[in-house]
Amino acid sequence: MKVVLQNITKIFPSRNKKSNEEVVAVNDFTFEIPDGKLIGLLGPSGCGKSTTLYMISGLLAPTSGQIFFGEDDVTQLTPENRGVGLVFQNYALYPHMTVKQNILFPLQNFKGEAKLSKEEMLERAFQAAKLVQIDELLERKPNELSGGQQQRVAIARALVKMPRVLLLDEPLSNLDARLRLQTREEIRRIQRETKITTVFVTHDQEEAMSISDMIVVMKLGVVQQIGQPQEVYDNPCNLFVAKFLGTPPINVFTGTVKGGKLYIGEDAVMDVNGVEDQEVYVGIRPEGFIVDAKGGFKCKLSNLEVMGRDVSVVSYNDASLNPVVRSIVDADNKIDRDSEFITFALKPHKVFLFNKETEARIYLENKSENKKETKKAKGGK
Amino acid sequence: MVESKQHWKAWLYLSPAIILLLVFTVYPIVNTLYMAFANGYGMMSAAGGQKFEFGIENFKKVLEWGGFLTAMKNTLLLCILTVPISTILALLIAVILNSIGPLRRVLQTIYFLPYVTNSIAIGMVFAAMFNITGSFIGTENEIVYTSGIINNIIEFFGGTKVNWINPGSSYWANIFVLVIYIVWNALPFKILILLGGLQSVNKQYYDAAKIDGTGKFRTLTRITVPLLSPLIAYIVITGFIGGFKEYSNVVGIFGESMGPAADPGRLNTMVGYIYDNVAGKLPNNQGKAAAAALILFVIILAVTLINLWVSKKKVHY
Repeated sequence: MKVVLQNITKIFPSRNKKSNEEVVAVNDFTFEIPDGKLIGLLGPSGCGKSTTLYMISGLLAPTSGQIFFGEDDVTQLTPENRGVGLVFQNYALYPHMTVKQNILFPLQNFKGEAKLSKEEMLERAFQAAKLVQIDELLERKPNELSGGQQQRVAIARALVKMPRVLLLDEPLSNLDARLRLQTREEIRRIQRETKITTVFVTHDQEEAMSISDMIVVMKLGVVQQIGQPQEVYDNPCNLFVAKFLGTPPINVFTGTVKGGKLYIGEDAVMDVNGVEDQEVYVGIRPEGFIVDAKGGFKCKLSNLEVMGRDVSVVSYNDASLNPVVRSIVDADNKIDRDSEFITFALKPHKVFLFNKETEARIYLENKSENKKETKKAKGGK
Repeated sequence: MVESKQHWKAWLYLSPAIILLLVFTVYPIVNTLYMAFANGYGMMSAAGGQKFEFGIENFKKVLEWGGFLTAMKNTLLLCILTVPISTILALLIAVILNSIGPLRRVLQTIYFLPYVTNSIAIGMVFAAMFNITGSFIGTENEIVYTSGIINNIIEFFGGTKVNWINPGSSYWANIFVLVIYIVWNALPFKILILLGGLQSVNKQYYDAAKIDGTGKFRTLTRITVPLLSPLIAYIVITGFIGGFKEYSNVVGIFGESMGPAADPGRLNTMVGYIYDNVAGKLPNNQGKAAAAALILFVIILAVTLINLWVSKKKVHY
C-alpha cells in the first residue's frame, strides 16, 4: 500500500490567547511513500516528524492537504478506519493485560463481517507473537518484560490486525545501546517479511540511515531532502542536511571562491571551476581528507586517535566552524605525532559548497559524481 | 552514658503523643473490652460500687433484643445500596468531567461543594425538600402549606405526591430518601479521588485504543476501569467502613428520633444504637453499647478483609 501525502500542513493554535503565535508544525509536506518500503522520518526535536506520523495515523487531522492510502483518500477517516498500526515511543502496552491479551485486544474490536472467531484470533495473535519472537512470553504482564521484549509486544500488537501501514514513533529511543542495534535489525527483518509499508520516526541519523529504504530529513516543519540514505549522505542539498547526517559530523569551514579556486583561510584547497566568486561555507566529510605533504590544506595538528583500521586526526583550523577538525584516514598513513602541522589534500566528491546566505548547496559543474539528481524537497532551503 | 540519656530524651519528646494516645485511644479500647464482657455493666451501677461478673451476657442481650437487629439490618441495607451506587456514579461523573474542556473547573467545584458543607445542614435541606408541612392525610379542614419541592416537581409532571418522611410514610420511602442523600453526600470525595487517578493515566493508552478502533464503552470497561482499579478498591473499602458507621446522615433528615415521628428508631443504625445505650434513651447500658461496638468492629473487619481479598484478585498491578 503506497501512502501519498499531498501538501500536508499542520498548524497548532497558540497556547495562550494573548499572543497569536501559531506553531506551524508541518509545512506543505508532499511525498509519495512507495509500497512496501521502510521510510525514516529524520530530524531534530520539534521538526514535525512525530506530527507527520500522527497525521498519517489519523490521531491528528491536518490543517490542510490530503492523505491517500493507495487510491483511497483517508484524510477524513478516523484512525480505526484507516487500518494503521502504531507503535508508541513508550509502547503504551496495557499494564493490566498479559502479553496475549494485549495482542488480542485490537482483534476483539473487529465488528460485523470482520469479526473473527476465538480460534482465529488466537491463531493470529500467536503468529504475530512468533514473528517478533515473543511466543514464549504470552502469559506475562508487561512489567515482567525487558524493554526490548515490550517493544516486540508493541510491534506484535500493531501487526496483528494486519495494518495497511505500520507506523513507529521513535521505536528505539527507550532501549539501551546494544539492544538498539539488535532491535533495529529486527524491525528491518519484520518489515521485509511482512512487506508492510512502514514509516518510522527518529532523531538518530545512524538509526535512520542503517535500516531505511528512504529517509526524509525535516527541519522546523519543512522537508529538507528526501532520498535513499547513501544518496542523501553523498549529496546533501543544504548545510543543515550535511551537518545532520554522518558520524563523526561533517567539518564546516568558512571559505572563499576566487577565480575558480576555493580558499579556506589562505590555503587554496581545491579547483572549483564555474563557481562565481563569493563567500561560501565549505563542508568536508571526515573521510574526505588525504594526508599529503604536498596537499594545499594546512591544519594545526592536535592529536591522533588510533582506532585500528583507521586513524582519527584531530586538528585545528582558524576557519573551522566546528571546535576541531576531525578527519578519518587510513591507518597506513605515517603521521608524525610531534609535528606542529599536518597538510591534507581533499577528495573533491566529499567537499560540498554552500551559499553563505541561504545555506543552499552550490553544485559544481565538473564533478560528475555530484550530479546524481536527488529528489529535492519542495520549499526546502 | 550518652546512649541512655538520649533514650530518656526520646521518650520525653514522644510523651505528649503517647499520653494522648494512652488516654484517648488505648484506655477506651481496653475499657470497651472490659465493659463488653462485664455482665450487665452500667456506668451508674459501677459508680454505686457494684461488682460485675465476666461473661457474654451483654452480647446475648444485644442480639436478643430487637433494637440492635433493626439497626444492623438498616445499616447493612444502606451500605449495600449506597456504596455501589455512589461508586458507579462517581466513576461516570469523573470520566465525563475528565473528558470535557470548558466548564470543567466550575463543575468540579459544584460537585465538590457537599464535601465542605456540614452534613447536618445538608440533611435539614434535604428534609425540607421532601417534607410535607401540614397534614398529608389531608382531612378537608386541614391545610397543606407545602408538599416539599420534590413532591411539587412530581405533581408538576402529573404524578401523585409521595409521603417521603412524614408520619405514616413507608419504610422504603424513608430508605429511598436516605439513599439519595447519602449517595449525594458521598460523591464528592469519590469523584475527587477518581478524577485525580484519571488525570494521571497516560493518554497514550487512549491513543492506542483509538488506533485499534476500541469503542467508548469498551475503552471504559477494558482500559479505564482496570487502570483505576486500585483507587476503586480504596473507595469501596472506605465506603463500606464509612457506611457501617452511618449515623449523622440519618440524624440530618429524621433527627435524633431516627425515624418518622410515628415510628421512632425505625431507621436506627448500629452507631445510633451504641449512642442510645451510652448516653441516649437507654441510660446505664454501657455494657451493651460496648458489646455492640465490638460486634460492629468485627463486622467492619470482616467486610474489609473480604474486600481486600476480592481486590487482590481483581485489582491489577
